[in-house]
Amino acid sequence: MLRDEDRIFTNLYGFESPGLDAARTRGDWTGTGDLIGKGRDWIIDEMKASGLRGRGGAGFPTGLKWSFMPKEVSDRPHYLVVNADESEPGTCKDRDIMRHDPHKLIEGCLVAGFAMQAHAAYIYVRGEFIKERYALQAAIDEAYEAGLLGPDACGSGWAMDVYVHHGAGAYICGEETALLESLEGKKGQPRLKPPFPANAGLYGCPTTVNNVESIAVAPTILRRGATWFADLGKANNTGTKIFCISGHVNNPCNVEEEMGIPLKELIEKHAGGVRGGWDNLLAIIPGGSSVPMLPKDICDTITMDFDALKDAQSGLGTAAVIVMDKSTDLVAAIARLAYFYKHESCGQCTPCREGTGWMWRVMERLAVGEAEVEEIDMLLDVTKQVEGHTICALGDAAAWPIQGLIRHFRPEIEARIERRKAGQPVLTAAE
Amino acid sequence: MVKVTIDGTEIEVEAGSTILQACEQAGREVPRFCYHERLSIAGNCRMCLVEVEKSPKPVASCAMPVNDGMVVHTDSPQVKKDREGVMEFLLINHPLDCPICDQGGECDLQDQSMGYGMGQNRYDENKRAVDEKNMGPLVKTVMTRCIHCTRCVRFASEVAGVDEIGAIGRGEDMEITTYLEAALTSELSANVIDLCPVGALTSRPFAFTARPWELKKTETIDVMDAMGSNIRVDARGREVMRVMPRLNEDVNEEWISDKTRFACDGLKYQRLDRPYLKQDGKLVAAEWDDALDIVAAKVKATEPSKIAAIVGDMASAETMKALKDLMASLGSANVDCRQDGGYAEAGNRASYLMNSTIAGVEDADAILIIGSNLRAEAPLLNARIRKRWLDGGLKVGNVGTPADLTYTVQQLGAGPETLADLAAGNGAFFNILQNAERPLILVGSGAVARADGGDVLGTARALADKVGAVSGDWTGFGVVQTAASRVGGLDLGLVPGDGGRDTAGIIAGAQSGEVELVFLLGADEIDTDQLGNATVVYIGTHGDNGAHRADVILPGAAYTEQDGTYVNMEGRVQRARRAVFAPGQAKEDWAILRALSGLLDAPLPYNSRDQLVAAMVEDVPHLGALDQLAAATWGSFGTTGDLAGAAPFADPIADFYLTNPIARASKTMAACSKQRLELTAQGEGRRNA
Repeated sequence: MLRDEDRIFTNLYGFESPGLDAARTRGDWTGTGDLIGKGRDWIIDEMKASGLRGRGGAGFPTGLKWSFMPKEVSDRPHYLVVNADESEPGTCKDRDIMRHDPHKLIEGCLVAGFAMQAHAAYIYVRGEFIKERYALQAAIDEAYEAGLLGPDACGSGWAMDVYVHHGAGAYICGEETALLESLEGKKGQPRLKPPFPANAGLYGCPTTVNNVESIAVAPTILRRGATWFADLGKANNTGTKIFCISGHVNNPCNVEEEMGIPLKELIEKHAGGVRGGWDNLLAIIPGGSSVPMLPKDICDTITMDFDALKDAQSGLGTAAVIVMDKSTDLVAAIARLAYFYKHESCGQCTPCREGTGWMWRVMERLAVGEAEVEEIDMLLDVTKQVEGHTICALGDAAAWPIQGLIRHFRPEIEARIERRKAGQPVLTAAE
Repeated sequence: MVKVTIDGTEIEVEAGSTILQACEQAGREVPRFCYHERLSIAGNCRMCLVEVEKSPKPVASCAMPVNDGMVVHTDSPQVKKDREGVMEFLLINHPLDCPICDQGGECDLQDQSMGYGMGQNRYDENKRAVDEKNMGPLVKTVMTRCIHCTRCVRFASEVAGVDEIGAIGRGEDMEITTYLEAALTSELSANVIDLCPVGALTSRPFAFTARPWELKKTETIDVMDAMGSNIRVDARGREVMRVMPRLNEDVNEEWISDKTRFACDGLKYQRLDRPYLKQDGKLVAAEWDDALDIVAAKVKATEPSKIAAIVGDMASAETMKALKDLMASLGSANVDCRQDGGYAEAGNRASYLMNSTIAGVEDADAILIIGSNLRAEAPLLNARIRKRWLDGGLKVGNVGTPADLTYTVQQLGAGPETLADLAAGNGAFFNILQNAERPLILVGSGAVARADGGDVLGTARALADKVGAVSGDWTGFGVVQTAASRVGGLDLGLVPGDGGRDTAGIIAGAQSGEVELVFLLGADEIDTDQLGNATVVYIGTHGDNGAHRADVILPGAAYTEQDGTYVNMEGRVQRARRAVFAPGQAKEDWAILRALSGLLDAPLPYNSRDQLVAAMVEDVPHLGALDQLAAATWGSFGTTGDLAGAAPFADPIADFYLTNPIARASKTMAACSKQRLELTAQGEGRRNA
């Protein structure tokens, strides 16, 4: 269990003021100018050594990502873009960072911007996050006033501007290239890769897109040292991570914990345990709605890190733990997620545009048993036709929850179909 | 060059090519819907997925550049399954209404589902239905059939330069629309019909009229403007059903203008299908023999110097050769192939050609447009300039009426004075031209079709010399002709001989009685009311201005009804082919002139079209070199005169859709013209509001 002194987000719950003075007492903006003084190579090397993996879901090493930016600035400026379009169902960590600890993010923007030679950072805030945007803007204003941002940020000689951009509330705009399109004022649709944003991103210029949490932890890592961060967690899954625990637990919460903490320990220690006790657990979606669910027997022993969850055919994603106890109608729950992805598909590429609607319609029928047993296999086949065939990962995200359901709870779906065929009532959860 | 292995065969491809291009080079077919080599890469249909070794996921080959040592499979079981999957997705919400779809028989979706589909249907849910969108009189929409490839969107914004098609809605609710439910304000809009791989955008005039396999296809040349666009005329029986573009990288790439495509219904209306004679002020039907006898008698009774001929905009070189010979045998020097009266020096090809060539526009880095609205006069040339402009680094200046040419244009002035100022070395744009590596000066046909046209041309030529527009292999000077017949006529020397009258002189002579007999060879763009009491013999196809004034009408054949040689604005010699026979008793133009010459006891020395072509080539050898460009020799031309106080340039084309008798007879063109007027009025209304 994470010791209190190793916590990065010490005001995650908003017990203290999010303002600059309070943030300084928590250690933010301490020696930022000195960090910059150590040079960009040092910063990138420290980030690499810390083993920090991107906190937005894909888990790509952050330091490595920064190092992809061109070494020299050509006629095209460099940009840092922070992805605060936190829309994955179950995920609510970036929101609390922006509300209660915004200065961590802003300081991170400066440090990261300097490391990749960007003079401008755009924070793309989810459309629904109205108050978060105000809170963030207030903090940025404070930072400018205190000289922490601006033409000579923190006295480092580096000019840094941070802009907040408000999205219009589309899930797909959390995909990094769709986000860039949206930021440019276009319809939010993912771009083809290559070229990758580090070569041609915002306005065709070298750009790095990072998650809020990845940027917000960077200053603390640099201050306390890569070794400190790397010693936390497990090999290749280092450091701390904010977990968002929701669903059928006694105390839903955001909590910062060490990577690799056993899932059961995470829920029992921080979320007050599963409603009705651990044995009342049916399944858990461990990383936000897009990753496949895990049945209880895997949840008993699984640890919360990228590699362990990948081995269990799921994923850490955004570490949004959605707990479902035995009262849950799993099929209806996944049908609801299928509707979400159908609704949020941008419509650009064929498999996702057509496949998400198909999958949702079949899921709705499966939820009430109005199907043939063979259709389960057909649905699984359709998910495989979507997965990996799309421009961005939304297709995968739509396919995985269904695959997880069929993988672990196929008998439950079959039972419904058989009940319906036998003329028995098929009960579904009230909504 | 990089080495890639495609289905076990190692080939070398240029670095930077895509996997799809490499596959094509290796002779492997890769199915695709959204990819089009003239549009940006969208990568959204996912039909072109291939397997690349060491890549965890299938790769969209249209968008992925090749790497050295890449190993690609297009025939593996996985690729087959991927394609079947994508095809299944495309089809689940496609109505499969092929029996009532006009795309049937030339539908990419149909063809590829046969080749790459799984041949069965697993989709049991309701299909999506989408409202039709109004896209004007040319493009019929059945949006339920749309597969969202966005080719039309990319064409509109990239090639046509009008951001008027886009997608609204998300996911399966995404719809392609023109936002305002109106036709595109582009002269190239109907190319989206060809681009659409399915039956979502089809030809409205062609709707439900014929199936592609019923049509006889004739490869020929368009005459609606001076581009010489390569077209294919699809006919059924004696009727031209539609016109489609053919590929010619040097001329029209694979686009054609809306007029080229859709004026063809004008071939059915207002046709002169038998001779007419004017009796008591009314035209009455006559027999060929009577009509020709009357004309012959009139010719014999008229002094040669009082006989004149004006040639229209769509005459073929053969027709003009026959007319030239006839007039010569009569001893008349009153002949002109320039019914607009444009200044040109018939012996000096550089004075009337687009010397840079059409494709050469893509090499220019600064363009000065003088007195020309290229969008109306040569829409495809304009699209070329836009293409060049999109590549970056091109500066365009305009002297004349300001117009939205779909690219950034510096408006320099309205008239010849600005040109004279530039030629004197003044102005920032002079420096741009001078500093440009390949400057190009384009003179509109309207700019030389005025009293001071020679001065305008001479001044523009002087400017070209001064900025070094002509050097080495680059001749950065061109006249943008608007008439398909013009260059051929000038090549043949169909201009007034010694003491002869030009168009203006013929009209003035007819008015004053000095000219008593006027042959109008499809010449409808002159003011026929000014022909006084002269006897007018109209040889042409349509009951248009010329026929209304005529005393004798001899019905000729349109461009789809006779073989003919045309020389386009850059001097490219191309041969048009007969697709259908002329209606009724109408005859091929040259045959009419040949018959007339027989009655005049001075028969033209050719009894067949082949002999006529041979005579023409003997006269002007380069007319025999088909699809060749004969470069003109650069020299001095034009006149020098003071352009101070000259009137501003005016657009020679008032309405793009109604520039010739065929287009004026076309219902489709009339609808387009009306729609454009309405859209323009709406646009102005919005701007004023």
